[in-house]
Amino acid sequence: MNALSCPMVPEPVRVLKAHRESHDVVTLTLDPGAQRLFLPGQFNMLYAFGVGEVPISMSGEPARAGRVVHTIKAVGAVSKALCRLKRGGVLGMRGPYGRPWPVDEVRGSDLVIVAGGLGLAPLRPVLYHVLAQRAAYGRIFLLVGARTPEDLLFDDEIQRWQKHGDLSVLVTVDRASTGWKGRVGVVPALLSEVPELENAVAFVCGPEVMMRYTVRELGRRGLPDQHVYLSLERNMKCAAGFCGHCQFGPSFICKDGPVLRYDRIRSLFWLREI
Amino acid sequence: MSEADRLKAHPFMRGLADAQVAKIASCARLARFPESAVIFREGGEADALYLILRGRVVLEQHVPGKGDVQLESLSGGDILGLSWLFPGGRWVLEARAVEPTEAFALEARCVHARMEEDAALGLALAKHLIHQLYQRLERVRLQRLDVYRAEP
Amino acid sequence: MAALKPGNSAVLLVGALGELLRLLRTEGYQLVGPTVRDGAIVHAEILGIDDLPAGWTEVQEAGTYRLKRRADGALFGYSVGPQSWKQLFFVPRLRLWKAHRKDGSFAVEQDRSTPPRLALIGARSCDLHAIEVQDRTFLEGPFVDGDYAARRRDVFVVAVNCGQAGGTCFCVSMKTGPKATSGFDLALTELLEPHRFVVEVGTERGAELLGQLDAWEATDADLHTAESIVEQTARSMGRKMDTTDIKDLLYRNAEHPRWDDVAQRCLSCTNCTLACPTCFCGSIEDVSDLAGETAERWRRWDSCFTLDHSYLHGGSVRSSTRSRYRQWLTHKLASWIDQFGVSGCVGCGRCITWCPVGIDITQEVGAIRATDGGRAEGAAE
Repeated sequence: MNALSCPMVPEPVRVLKAHRESHDVVTLTLDPGAQRLFLPGQFNMLYAFGVGEVPISMSGEPARAGRVVHTIKAVGAVSKALCRLKRGGVLGMRGPYGRPWPVDEVRGSDLVIVAGGLGLAPLRPVLYHVLAQRAAYGRIFLLVGARTPEDLLFDDEIQRWQKHGDLSVLVTVDRASTGWKGRVGVVPALLSEVPELENAVAFVCGPEVMMRYTVRELGRRGLPDQHVYLSLERNMKCAAGFCGHCQFGPSFICKDGPVLRYDRIRSLFWLREI
Repeated sequence: MSEADRLKAHPFMRGLADAQVAKIASCARLARFPESAVIFREGGEADALYLILRGRVVLEQHVPGKGDVQLESLSGGDILGLSWLFPGGRWVLEARAVEPTEAFALEARCVHARMEEDAALGLALAKHLIHQLYQRLERVRLQRLDVYRAEP
Repeated sequence: MAALKPGNSAVLLVGALGELLRLLRTEGYQLVGPTVRDGAIVHAEILGIDDLPAGWTEVQEAGTYRLKRRADGALFGYSVGPQSWKQLFFVPRLRLWKAHRKDGSFAVEQDRSTPPRLALIGARSCDLHAIEVQDRTFLEGPFVDGDYAARRRDVFVVAVNCGQAGGTCFCVSMKTGPKATSGFDLALTELLEPHRFVVEVGTERGAELLGQLDAWEATDADLHTAESIVEQTARSMGRKMDTTDIKDLLYRNAEHPRWDDVAQRCLSCTNCTLACPTCFCGSIEDVSDLAGETAERWRRWDSCFTLDHSYLHGGSVRSSTRSRYRQWLTHKLASWIDQFGVSGCVGCGRCITWCPVGIDITQEVGAIRATDGGRAEGAAE
């Protein structure tokens, strides 16, 4: 058990690498100092000195010691400050927090991983985990959506996975200009390219509206609600279950989530302003 | 697989009796489009319904100052072209193959005639079209929400 | 008198009560108890029985609180004031740490000060239950709030069993009173004519302190009188709340038209959350000096009624007053049970008294129950 002052105290952590993914997204590779193991789907609170703190999911390899990777979109004062950091820069970190994707519980199943926009960041650790133990899982489908081709995250890696053969990768963008030869359209439309979807387990992450459309389509295609996992977001301040901000019905996103099983939240998911 | 079998296997033909498929087959010819081929241009006479067998087609709008904006892609199992439904219809968007594409081109005038003659066939196809239209509408709505755009 | 043990009772005169307070101070406790200030009976540091609100009571109704003189000199002749004990343990403003830049990095210093040892004088059963409820949030989750834990350690509690029901309270409905059954070292029931207190021993510590006072064994008659006073209080509660199946009742009525109705009245002023003894929302604020060399992190009380409580991606998830009221009440009476195994409401009635427009949660729940399953026009299934 940690005292409040301890879970609320960030450790200074150095930036080893800052990689620009797109015009407003940066991936930071950090040296965590002390050993920090995390599970796919968990997050850290990242602190920009004097500016503030935001919850950011880990987006790197869970099994790799000595490195913590975070993919951050510059949308507010704190994330903008974090995205400006260069190699050698320092930020504050505390965590890991949250309930992870149930990668071990779903061994033996087919997996359909659906990522919209920045939602691919908290799902990438799942890919690393399942590809490292490929034989433990059935068919694997990765469905990725982004605003435009320029906004696609981790595109080198996605191309490598597409060539892999061990998993099917389907990519779509909301719109594109000349030169794009891939799919144009919304992520739920990709589900029609997944055969026998009803036997799989789905992990979905992205903007809440995109998740709603995806969940609706998954239901139409016969996937049972208890085989759908979502990663939700709410306003988060303490990440330790005290401040009350991140509540989604009775669930605290910081400790009961962010990964929640759809059948357990179905009655709330479609309500407005919950 | 014979051409007739390939036509019958297309999702748009699902649920039709063999005799009905045969009527549609009389309107159909197999078309092949190499990569980058323009299938139809904006403003052209909307004279065919395409049942895509394989490959990928993108629907584009030319936007002055922005060039060609790709709005939606279609592939095997999808239908291409809806503007033929209306008399004097003209294509609203441009359709271009981004991969070598094979499709059945169903002549619009012929399809209209078969639907008028055979009410049951007409109803079955109308239902398929309405379903397609609804699906497209739902997708376009989600696209319109621009969910990945950064919020302040 | 034989050595006292938890469960035993004794009788004290007013003078001995004064002596009890003096003893507590000698032992290093800071006394916090009721006193009249600014037209209310508040909880503040007190020095002795002279600071207690002798001869005062209050009249409470929805949206109303007025002090009133009693015909007698009872020391605890009121029910609950605007404050509970919450602000002593879950403090309204707390600096969590300070940090300064150093060698391209930063160093954090935490406050190491020791909080005062507190003795709560005159704690009511509802408020003791509320402390226990807050303990579940701050001490029994995956993380422990160190500041709360430090302040809760070694607190001495002198409880008081209510001699009259308040105009808005309903501890009987919530099974949190009026008799204090746990969480105290000593529990007093005030008797008049002659003015004395029946004292129940709650802990060894309480027994030990009582042993140093001029007290005598309670007679059966005294015990009987004390019991009747508490029974009379229980029979005259200002409000009632039917808590049958209340969790599922509120969960399934998220689209009930009553939420629109209450939203017309609610000002989202946050008074209820300020007065409520179990509300625990807090906001974390990061600040720095102009040079950007020193930074601090503070925690302050917050309320789910504020617009930015649910801020996310450029807007608030709960932007309407309707959704915020629904969140508060559903959390308090329903979700809390799933989260902490107990209701968040202890029936103290403060939210009813201190609501400027007099919204009464017992009435709101009753209205939803009366038309369970009702839907606002146009609401989704």
